[in-house]
Amino acid sequence: MTVVLAIGTRKGLWLARSDDRVTWQVDGPHHAMQEVYAVAFDTRADVRLLAGVASPHFGPGVSISDDLGATWEESSSPPISFPVDDAALERVWQLQPAPASQPGVVWAGTQPSALFKSTDGGRSFEFVEGLWNHPHRPEWDAGFGGQAIHTIVPDPSDPDRVLVAMSTGGVYRTADGGKSWEARNKGIKAYFLPDPWPEFGQCVHKVAQHPAEPSRFYAQNHHGVYRSDDGGDSWQSIAEGLPTDFGFAMVVHPHDPDTIFTFPIEADGRRFPPEGKCRVYRSRDAGGSWEALGNGLPDNFWTAVMRDAMCTDTAEVPGVYFGSRSGEVYASPDAGETWHQVAAHLPDVMSVRAAVIPT
Amino acid sequence: MKVTVLIPGVLRTATNGASHLDVDVPEPATLGAALDVLADTYPSLDRRLRDERAALRRYVNFYVNGEECRRLSGPATPLPAGAEIQILPSVAGG
Repeated sequence: MTVVLAIGTRKGLWLARSDDRVTWQVDGPHHAMQEVYAVAFDTRADVRLLAGVASPHFGPGVSISDDLGATWEESSSPPISFPVDDAALERVWQLQPAPASQPGVVWAGTQPSALFKSTDGGRSFEFVEGLWNHPHRPEWDAGFGGQAIHTIVPDPSDPDRVLVAMSTGGVYRTADGGKSWEARNKGIKAYFLPDPWPEFGQCVHKVAQHPAEPSRFYAQNHHGVYRSDDGGDSWQSIAEGLPTDFGFAMVVHPHDPDTIFTFPIEADGRRFPPEGKCRVYRSRDAGGSWEALGNGLPDNFWTAVMRDAMCTDTAEVPGVYFGSRSGEVYASPDAGETWHQVAAHLPDVMSVRAAVIPT
Repeated sequence: MKVTVLIPGVLRTATNGASHLDVDVPEPATLGAALDVLADTYPSLDRRLRDERAALRRYVNFYVNGEECRRLSGPATPLPAGAEIQILPSVAGG
């Protein structure tokens, strides 16, 4: 078994390969000096690697590789383009292949906050007008990182159902293929607003789901960790047992809907791991209790892990991966029990995704 | 009306390696009109110079006969016959 780990950073993409998930060969940079906020492996047919790239000078785009980074293809016309007068694409924050039952469908979440859908594997995308025309949109705010749809969770079986999330906007859900959207933030606290329980405006950092439990979602919020058991209609706190309820990442075990991983950060005003200790937290009971995982991880880790900089692979015993603002990347070959450094001294890591490559 | 566009090295992958492009611009000749003509032949160059609203990218500078176009009239800057448009990425980033 070979695992390829794609590491998107603020200045390019690196690819790490390993047969044992302990020792890694790292090559890069691909797309040097371009921000790579979004990276995705599409493993529904042959393995395709997609990267949301953005040059500070020459603008954003989507780059595709069908040979694991040996060559890249970028269309001459912009693959994602706003068909409106008052917006232009600034950055792609999320690329999400749909379930295998919808071959060719890839979703893209962008800054400014909009959703796009590709039906040709990511070469070209169509604007999802229903979300853009939502009456709440003028009131969606820009978080520190910008106003963006950073999370897309397609339903595992119903192609009409999709959930999206944004910072300082919250969670929205469609059940009609994107024509209409409803805010789904009941129970998520927005402590930074005069009314801390608004219909929308919550600062949701990441939402994750396991396909075997399509009505359950987990969310890491800007202070607050939550679970929904009713498809997002309501959310309950699962923060008890964590050292802090702030953080960005939220990842579900690929084979166990009850097991989740997060990387707690002390507070909004103090964005370091508690006591400067690099620790992943895992719950094996859907957020009922938590344990710190640090075997192989450092102390004196005065940095943070961003929302898309944590992932798993799909091996039988899954690997767990994360990268930091300080350019360090760690891998666990055993679902979080032990950790090994993949790379160090890279630019700020913004996104990681892993794929098991058939050999 | 003919003008010349100078392409920086970093963008020549989008012009098949060309460093100079001669462009025949319809009247009234403006910077924007010259870029519209370029876009027909070199769409991948255009998307690096302008966004989907045809707005100039913030960190790309366009010098018309030595004067940065934003100190003139931006894309509406008129082009005299034989004008030289030099495209240069601005100094930015870290």
